[in-house]
Amino acid sequence: MNRRTMGKALMGLATGAAILALGVGAAGAQEKTKVGFVYVGPISDHGYSYQHDQGRLAVEKELGDKVTTTFVENVPEGADAERVIEQLAASGHKLIFTTSFGFMNPTLKVAQRHPDVKFEHATGYKRSANVATYSARFYEGRTVIGQIAGKMTKSNIIGYIGSFPIPEVISGINAFTLAMREVNPKAEVRVVWVNSWYDPGKEAEAAKALIDQGADVISLHTDSPAAIQVAQERGLYVFGQSSDMTRFGPKAHLTAIVDDWREYYVTRVKAALDGTWKSQDTWGGFKDHMLFLAPYNPALPADVVAAAEKTRTDIMEGKRHSFQGPVKDQSGKVVIAEGKQATDEQILKMDWYVEGVQGKVPK
Amino acid sequence: MSAELALLGPILAAMLAAATPLLFAALGELVVEKSGVLNLGVEGMMLVGAVCGFAVAVQTGSSTLGFVAGAAAGAGMAALFGVLTLLLLANQVATGLALTLFGVGLSALIGQGFVGIPIADVPELYIPGLTDLPVIGKALFGQDALVYLALAAVPAVHWFLYATRKGLILRAVGENHAAAHALGYKVVRIRFLAVLFGGAMSGMAGAYLSLDYTPMWAEGISAGRGWIALALVVFATWKPGRVLLGAWLFGGVTIAQLHVQGLGIDIPSQLLSMLPYLATVIVLVVISRDVARIRLNAPASLGKVFHPDA
Repeated sequence: MNRRTMGKALMGLATGAAILALGVGAAGAQEKTKVGFVYVGPISDHGYSYQHDQGRLAVEKELGDKVTTTFVENVPEGADAERVIEQLAASGHKLIFTTSFGFMNPTLKVAQRHPDVKFEHATGYKRSANVATYSARFYEGRTVIGQIAGKMTKSNIIGYIGSFPIPEVISGINAFTLAMREVNPKAEVRVVWVNSWYDPGKEAEAAKALIDQGADVISLHTDSPAAIQVAQERGLYVFGQSSDMTRFGPKAHLTAIVDDWREYYVTRVKAALDGTWKSQDTWGGFKDHMLFLAPYNPALPADVVAAAEKTRTDIMEGKRHSFQGPVKDQSGKVVIAEGKQATDEQILKMDWYVEGVQGKVPK
Repeated sequence: MSAELALLGPILAAMLAAATPLLFAALGELVVEKSGVLNLGVEGMMLVGAVCGFAVAVQTGSSTLGFVAGAAAGAGMAALFGVLTLLLLANQVATGLALTLFGVGLSALIGQGFVGIPIADVPELYIPGLTDLPVIGKALFGQDALVYLALAAVPAVHWFLYATRKGLILRAVGENHAAAHALGYKVVRIRFLAVLFGGAMSGMAGAYLSLDYTPMWAEGISAGRGWIALALVVFATWKPGRVLLGAWLFGGVTIAQLHVQGLGIDIPSQLLSMLPYLATVIVLVVISRDVARIRLNAPASLGKVFHPDA
């Protein structure tokens, strides 16, 4: 081995170690049905992928005598995803959950080659005979926290950290603002886009900028707890995202919208086991237990908590809709007429702000 | 004082903090490049520094030890790079890129048990009176120790490179390693030390992020700042003072664009997010028009493999 090839060998080793960091967990006997999960992030993110893995663990717990589960974490959205999904399909997995939007086309491609395998793709919109889709109505949670924000703000400026200006995030901002203005017509929402799902440094900078501009309650639609820490340090209030982030700011963290896939995953695996599984689209909210709220901060006054709980149960029982007309856009034009509610399609394609949001939607 | 002017103080303070990790990493890389070595592994060294610094701070409860550990871990990664490129004569560009890939994976592996653990923030300086001054008070007298350390490193590096004999030798090695070798200077040893210094500075930059800027560990916490630091070195045409200007410009644009959005000024946020990078490209283009200046400052042996008997 000459020096050059030795260098190359060492470099190969380095890359190998990087690949090792992608953990693959598998367990169990051969006879059981194999169920696979593909995550975009590490299960240790205590956010999006962590919550999906909680769903997998629930499947293990409930149906552990009939199924074994496998997960692959840190799968990049792209060509690698197809390889990983293909590998799971080829190694005898009968039901595979692909849990990020960017896995949509790879999932469909692999599904075409394996008609006997069932696939479940999160947050996508393309389905086929053996590919079902599912997502949660996260905006329902935004209605509850928007109401809390409207009652807790003193400066009447709410800071909102957005990831990307896509309908999911914009409908969240609008649901939040509508509920906030209902209890506090003077309050306004200022949005800062960080154009990233996960950049703790930039999320912290955005939180500081909003606070410096007078915001005293922060809401976020990005995945790291950086803004929670900033709010804690400055002695202000903040809402967590995806999972309970209380430990990053025990005083600041009012509550959080938590994703919950446990019930859905168990139901779907059961359906696959007893042969009733079929391709469908599921978009569930509080009612379907696909999201819930983290424990309320003791600092919240009892009447605020009671009102928030009423809003939550009203949504659950169908007595309240996040987009109940009349809803006006920023120019004052009525977009959703009095007595009407936004249709699912309107929510899925939302690209405009309601009255009360500062600035314009980036195009 | 109008609302916009009142924002100036917080913007300045935030800008200085945002520039700090860039300053550390870019100053380290500047010294490395001045010695004639191109280490593209800054991002990887930052990440390993960040996770090791965080791990030690969690275990010992001391952020000072955390910073030391971060610097040591960065230097350890740099030592790996030094062995590969200076002793085994591997290609510097390829090895540097591999070091970044390795650092991303290794830091994720080490950090597995440390995700989601909060630690205490490093306290900020507070001098009654001075810190309360309008506009400049918080920016100048209300930062934490690492910010001042990074600022102090600028004149220190400049002094070392241009006012000491050792700095002169380091630059000579970077300009013409064959001539320096002929004069009896230990080219490999000098470069190795420079690479270690660069690694330690990158590790400090990473530890600043995980211990102070956003006190937590998250995979990929540096989010590309290592690459920006690399660009800053060229942007500054290998001058420490200009690294400071570049870091401030970069930090300033980053912070200002968030404020512009918050104030609801109608500029697309994607364009604003792009601005710091755009500014770097524009300055690079402007500087590159003057070829002589680039030649004058860029180390002539940059990235070239040194073989003593060649």
